[in-house]
Amino acid sequence: MFIIGERINGMFKDVAEAIKKKDKAVIQSLAKKQIAAGANALDVNVGPASDNPKEAMGWLVKTITDIADITLAIDTTKKDAMEAGLNLCKSKPIINSVNANEDKMDTFFALAKKYNASVIGLTMDKSGIPKDSEGRLELAMKIVASAMEHGIDISDLYIDAVILPVNVAQAHAQEVLKTIRELKILADPAPKAILGLSNVSQGSNERLKPLINRTFLVMAIASGLDAAIMDADDKGLTDAAITAELLMEKQLYCDSFLDAYRKR
Amino acid sequence: MERMIEKWQDRISEVTLGAVKESGGTRASTVKIGGESGIYFLKGEDACPNLPVVAMEVWDMEPENWPDALKSNFGSALKDPAEWAKMCVEKFKAGVICLRLASIHPDTKNSSAEEAGKTLEKILKAVNVPLVIIGSGAHEKDNEVVVRCSEAARGENCLFGIAVQASYKTLTAACLSGGHCIISEAPIDINIAKQLNILICGMQFPSDKIVIHHATGALGYGLEYTYSIMERTRLAGLSGDKMLSMPMINFVGQEVWRTKEAKTGDEVAAEWGPARDRGALLETATACSYLNAGADILVMNHPKAVEETKKVIKDLCKV
Repeated sequence: MFIIGERINGMFKDVAEAIKKKDKAVIQSLAKKQIAAGANALDVNVGPASDNPKEAMGWLVKTITDIADITLAIDTTKKDAMEAGLNLCKSKPIINSVNANEDKMDTFFALAKKYNASVIGLTMDKSGIPKDSEGRLELAMKIVASAMEHGIDISDLYIDAVILPVNVAQAHAQEVLKTIRELKILADPAPKAILGLSNVSQGSNERLKPLINRTFLVMAIASGLDAAIMDADDKGLTDAAITAELLMEKQLYCDSFLDAYRKR
Repeated sequence: MERMIEKWQDRISEVTLGAVKESGGTRASTVKIGGESGIYFLKGEDACPNLPVVAMEVWDMEPENWPDALKSNFGSALKDPAEWAKMCVEKFKAGVICLRLASIHPDTKNSSAEEAGKTLEKILKAVNVPLVIIGSGAHEKDNEVVVRCSEAARGENCLFGIAVQASYKTLTAACLSGGHCIISEAPIDINIAKQLNILICGMQFPSDKIVIHHATGALGYGLEYTYSIMERTRLAGLSGDKMLSMPMINFVGQEVWRTKEAKTGDEVAAEWGPARDRGALLETATACSYLNAGADILVMNHPKAVEETKKVIKDLCKV
């Protein structure tokens, strides 16, 4: 399971504040904490409130790469901010994200080629998020085709079937799971399946959020999920992910399988 | 036609045996095992920086149950471990010596830790190749002896064995303190093998000083069980399972020379072919099977079998 820590995001108050005040310590401590908890990569998002996203993204990336050599997922829809982030990454970055609109795909796949980056493609376009898995797979196919045209290695492509909050769009969860299962036969090699996990519990009762996240993550892993943008610091969540992968025979059993996974 | 080459996620750790003067030892040179980023003997892949190694076994007492077909190769040297080791290195070109402390077992001579330590010191003086040192299999006694032996070989970076799930702590601590490598053994059980490596690493033991042993079976005596578990271990290691990405060892001689096919004389079983060749052939066949399962170091007894196995390794590696 490839875990992308979600915490360095301007949507969170402490991060927004740190960006404003240029407080490196807050960001670096969040980075260290997520890495220690088992994150394989960190998402970096300046948030909606930033008045200069390009400059803020550059600062965030620099702040993190100063202390850690870890994969970063540059999370923005703005081309100049994306490029500012990619430019400063020390290890192979991830572009987070591109949707299925032609103009966006042309722009971001060209950037992926230029910076040798992996790409997360969202199964949504101008008309929004499809209701069912067929619609999602159609958009996934468009993204795969465009990636191929741009010379992107499909094993560097992640498809996010976009989960919606269960409290407003309950029927979407099983459509997302079905999409994940069918992504595997879309191409050979297949694109990887990823989820922005926390969205599933957005707006739910705080007390229930961890349970919903954990349950859905396990269901998605059973359907073939390869990666998730999630709260890496939630130990119950990562334990559940490791155990689900164990039961899917992705890791050899031993009594200390949780420790063994974290030693990787 | 395009050549399909399997790309693996990880590589097997490279374990160095022995230490030269600059690194605190007295060996003439070191021997490296492991380090593969693919399967052995696949031509043109260039995935294996080190060839499998053959070590020769030396006991600290004259083996009582060895048949003449084996004993006759060593003559009176069997009575003196230092002489025996010297003969293996000088005459039979052994690159590594495996000292088996058979005499410490309460059922044999029950020799003391002090005696074992002295024997080891003599061997270290007599030969300058890296050493593998294994106990008698009586855990309590082995633990008593290993502390003295680890101290006697301090800085020499030997490979000590054998740690099992029921008894690994003393050996691990002794190897840590003496700067040695360790053999971790599970009884043909990949899950226990992994668990034991985690336990050993949990004592802050470096994972690149561990060599795995899956209880060796001789040809006709469960070889296929060991073979398939070695294959699984290697594939898991190459696929990124850090707790299984270690080199593997097989005690080929020990198992083969226990079988009735190797031990029985001409007078009883003439139809099996001459006893003089039979054991060595069995040993060679067993060794070569394990080479294909991914063995990185083979501990062997018969000089002819050693010679033939080395030839096979060379031949298999020819591009």
